Amino acid sequence: MKLNLKIWRQKDAGSKGKMMDYTIDGIDGDMSFLEMMDVLNEDLINKGEEPIEFDHDCREGICGSCSLQINGEPHGPDRLVTTCQLHMRKFSDGDTIVIEPFRAKAFPVIKDLIVDRSAFDRIQQAGGYISINTSGNTQDANSIPIEKENADDAFYAAACIGCGACVAACKNASAMLFTSAKVSQYALLPQGQVEATERVQNMVRQMDLEGFGNCTNTGACEVECPKGISLENIARMNREYLAANIKG
Amino acid sequence: MSGLLKSSIARKVVMALSGLFLVFFLGQHFVINITSVIAPDTFNSWSHFMGYNPLVQYILQPILIAGVIVHFVMGIGLELQNNRARSVKYAKYKGSANASWISRNMIITGLVVLAFLGLHMYDFWVHEMAYKYIEANPEDPTRYYEETVYKFEPIWRTVLYILAFVLLAMHLLHGFASSFQTMGVNNKYSPAIQTFTKIYAIAIPLGFAFIAIYHHLNPITH
Ligand code: SF4
Ligand code: FES
Repeated sequence: MKLNLKIWRQKDAGSKGKMMDYTIDGIDGDMSFLEMMDVLNEDLINKGEEPIEFDHDCREGICGSCSLQINGEPHGPDRLVTTCQLHMRKFSDGDTIVIEPFRAKAFPVIKDLIVDRSAFDRIQQAGGYISINTSGNTQDANSIPIEKENADDAFYAAACIGCGACVAACKNASAMLFTSAKVSQYALLPQGQVEATERVQNMVRQMDLEGFGNCTNTGACEVECPKGISLENIARMNREYLAANIKG
Repeated sequence: MSGLLKSSIARKVVMALSGLFLVFFLGQHFVINITSVIAPDTFNSWSHFMGYNPLVQYILQPILIAGVIVHFVMGIGLELQNNRARSVKYAKYKGSANASWISRNMIITGLVVLAFLGLHMYDFWVHEMAYKYIEANPEDPTRYYEETVYKFEPIWRTVLYILAFVLLAMHLLHGFASSFQTMGVNNKYSPAIQTFTKIYAIAIPLGFAFIAIYHHLNPITH
């Protein structure tokens, strides 16, 4: 199929960027979106132009590197997939596709479609850990009984790959879905209780410091999250936060 | 404490609590107003009680006004903060793909409701304050019904009120349920809460609209 692409080009963090038009032909429906980008870049390189920079690594939906705002939605129109797993058959011949970087003040553009998501790393570092030493003295998994429901919810929360689509989708560029997943992952398990109070306080403080917006419960994040992280996590984080501040 | 109020979650909670308080007030306001349709004498005596009871006048009324101000100031603050969080906008942003118009435009419905509150305060509260405290008229426990019905004689006011009630319903449709999520309530009762808040969000403004239309169509003639 033949496609018209409108892509954000920006030389570096300091430069002003702009949307540029490209056309591309010979795209197969079985290709992934990133393969389509590879084909485009091949074309550009052959023409002696600078290829378009975009983030990617695993290309199997598990690392959270790939991003891209595609036709106004993070990871494109499909649900529960990352951009690397988005198939070109979701588009039709002759379509115009608008491709932009994830936009948030806390995610500054580094070049073209690549944004700096290290704000997420700093939120994680502020509290997304346990101090119990688990290396070298691993216990039997069943020695601490954990309710099935809690174990499941912790597991689902831990499925967050830190891609940032929640921020990109949110009209407020809020990072609450990400932060709440990281808080929940520990809050639901006995091992997470030691630092529970400081964890939620520190992670929320860091989230605010990074300049993310505030959640207004539109639910856009949950819809666009490639890992199906639920809004229940935000409610849980709010509970944890309120409890932590009442405890003082 | 001031540090806590800088936190995003604390601000959300303030929005939710002040919102819930206003939602509760709305219900109480409706219960009183509907008596103007079904039992004018009751309406008169309740209105008189609300107008002259010191607890209502000097404690509840200031709390209510404070509630509106807090909700509004916090809402504007959040809107500004959230605008700053995405300084470079998308060339194409498909908000409708993942969230309802109502949930994305609380600032619009909220500001319209606020503008309506201005008119509403002018219509009833300013008049009431002048009557009681400036003109220092004597107490008259029978005046409220007629005054209220009289207000809805002009079609423009009735229409403006109805428009405001539509926007109010939209604001409540998102805000009421949303405040539970903010307070951390998201569990097996949430579907029931959602249903209840939806019914409330539609029924109460509809009821207010009914009262306005009823009085418009049934003016006092003598
Ligand atoms: S919550 Fe979902 S959308 Fe947000 S970073 Fe995690 S995986 Fe990505
Ligand atoms: S490249 Fe790893 S999730 Fe897409």
